[in-house]
Amino acid sequence: MIRLNIGQTIRKSMEKNIIAVLSGKGGTGKTMVSVNLACILPGAAYSDCDVEEPNGHLFFKPTQLSEKNVDILIPKIDREKCTGCTKCVDFCKFNALAYVGKVLVFEEICHYCGGCTIVCPEKAITETNYNIGKIVQGFFERTKVISGFLNVGAISGVPIIKEIHKQIKEERNTVIVDCPPGSSCAVMESIQASDYCILVSEPTIFGAHNLDMVYRLVKLLNKKCGVILNKCDGNYNPSEDYCLENDINIIARIPYDSELSDINGNGKIAVKESDLYRGVFQDIIKEIEKVLS
Amino acid sequence: MKDKLKLLILSGKGGTGKTTVACAFIRLADSRAYADCDVDAPNLHLACRQTSDPMRKDFYGLKKAYINRDNCVGCNKCYEYCRFDAIYKQGEVYQVDPFSCEGCSVCEFICPARAISMIDSVSGEIMLYRSASVFSTACLKMGSGNSGKLVSAVKKQLYENMEKKSNIIIIDGSPGIGCPVIASISGVDMVLIVAEPSVSGINDMERIIETSRRFGVSIAVCVNKYDTNFKITKEIEDYCNKVNIPFIGKIPYDKRAIYATNQGMSIIDIDCPSGKAVKEVFENINRILDKI
Repeated sequence: MIRLNIGQTIRKSMEKNIIAVLSGKGGTGKTMVSVNLACILPGAAYSDCDVEEPNGHLFFKPTQLSEKNVDILIPKIDREKCTGCTKCVDFCKFNALAYVGKVLVFEEICHYCGGCTIVCPEKAITETNYNIGKIVQGFFERTKVISGFLNVGAISGVPIIKEIHKQIKEERNTVIVDCPPGSSCAVMESIQASDYCILVSEPTIFGAHNLDMVYRLVKLLNKKCGVILNKCDGNYNPSEDYCLENDINIIARIPYDSELSDINGNGKIAVKESDLYRGVFQDIIKEIEKVLS
Repeated sequence: MKDKLKLLILSGKGGTGKTTVACAFIRLADSRAYADCDVDAPNLHLACRQTSDPMRKDFYGLKKAYINRDNCVGCNKCYEYCRFDAIYKQGEVYQVDPFSCEGCSVCEFICPARAISMIDSVSGEIMLYRSASVFSTACLKMGSGNSGKLVSAVKKQLYENMEKKSNIIIIDGSPGIGCPVIASISGVDMVLIVAEPSVSGINDMERIIETSRRFGVSIAVCVNKYDTNFKITKEIEDYCNKVNIPFIGKIPYDKRAIYATNQGMSIIDIDCPSGKAVKEVFENINRILDKI
C-alpha cells in the first residue's frame, strides 16, 4: 500500500469498525457518547442495543423509517393430538409449560428452545411466531440509525440484539453500538462482534465499581478498550483511580457541564450545537484511530 | 400501615438515583430488611456500608451442556438443534460455549451417542449481611443469563432471614424493563419510580410505568435533579396526573450528593438540599403506604 499521508491511512483503518459503548452503571452517558460519535464520524451508523430502554432515536429523530418485527417461535399445542402425557412440561427447563387438565403455554417466559416439539411423542406441538419487539431503521442526515425496541412485558431482548447484529455485519461503514447497562448476557451479546469498546464512567464509587465489572467482561472477551471519564467535577474521581491502577487507556475526560446536560436533556446532539463538543468528540475519534490503525 | 410492606425502587433509565434514594429511605425508615436486586451492577452495599462480612454462597442457574469428546460421534445434531448458537465445531471436535448456552437440554436429548450431559454451573454469587438489619444482595457472573432467577433468590433470601417484626422492606431495583425488573416487581406492595427530567428519562419512565401496571402494583413517581430541566419536570408531573399516579416530590441536582456518595454516606447524613428533599419524598410515600 502506498501511503499518501497519515490521514488517509487512518481513514483506511476506520473504514469499517464496530465500536461498542458500554458502562455497567446506567446513566453515565453511553447514549450521549454513542450518538455524538456516530454523528461526527462521516458515514458511520448508530445502533441502539439497549432494547429495553432505547433512547438514541430520541436524539436523531430519524426519518425514512422502515420497521421489521422480531418474533420468536413459541409452542402451539394441538389439543386433538395431545394425550396429556406431560413429557413437554417435564422437559421444559424454563417452566413455560404447565398442565392443568390441558397444557398451558406461558409465552412470556418461553425461551424458544424448541425442546417441547421434539419430546412430544404425539407430534402434537408445532411452533408459531410470537412478537417480542421490532427493529426500526432510519436516517438522520447521512447517519443511519438502527434501533431495537423490546415490547413491554417481554423478558429478554437478546433475540432483538442478535437481529441488530446481523444488520451491523452488513454495514460497510463503522458502526457505533450503544449497549445496555449491566454486564449480563445482553451486554455480552452486544459487544461480541466489536473491534473496540468504549467504557463510559462517572466520578462516583458506584461508577468505579461497575466500571470494574465491565472492564473484566471486556478483558474476558479480549477486546481493545478505552475509558471516557464523564461528568468530571474536579474532585476525587474513583473511576480515574481505577483506570490508573489498572493501566487502562483514558481516551477523554469530559467535565460536568450544565450546558451539555441541557443539550442532552432536551434531546439535542452536542456536536451539532456546540463547537466545544465538536472538538471533544473529534479528539475522541483521533484517540480511537490511534489504537485501531 | 400493615407490617412488612415491600417498597421497590425502579427507574427504567439507569443513573437517575435509585440507589441514592433507596439508601436514604433505608436510613430514614430505619429499615431492618433491605435488598439490592440490581444483580447486574449492584451498588447498594457501597451506599449502605456494612460493618460485618457477608455470608457468601455460589448461585447456580440452570445446568449447562457439556460434550464428552470420547463419546461424540460427530453427527452434528446438537449443532443443528441448538437455537442459541451455543455449539461450535473446532476441527473435528464439538464444543459448548457456556456463555451462549441457556441450559435447555435439547442437545442432551437429541444426542444419539449420549455424549452430552448437563452440568452444574455457577452464574453468580449471593450474599447475606446480618447486623441490626438483614441485607440481601448478589452479583451476577459476567456475561451470564439467569438474572431473573438470581433476583428471585435475593428476595427469597431476604424474606427467609428477616425478623418477623421487620417494618418496611426496601428493595433497590435495576434499570430497564426486562427479566430482572419483572422478577423484582412480582410480590411487592409498591413501586417508587425515580425519574429524571430529560427526553430519555421521561420516555423510559413511561415504559417502566406500563411494565409495573401489568402487575397491578401501586406506583408513585418522584423526580431527581428536577432543576436541570424545569420544562420536562412539569411534563412528568402532568403525565402522572393524567394517568392517575401520585407525583410525590422533586429532588434537586446537588453536587453534595456526589460528595456524600463517595464518602460512603447517605445524602441524609449531611446538610444538603437533596437530603432535605428526599425526606419530604419519604414522608409522602409513607402517607400512601399507610393506606395500603
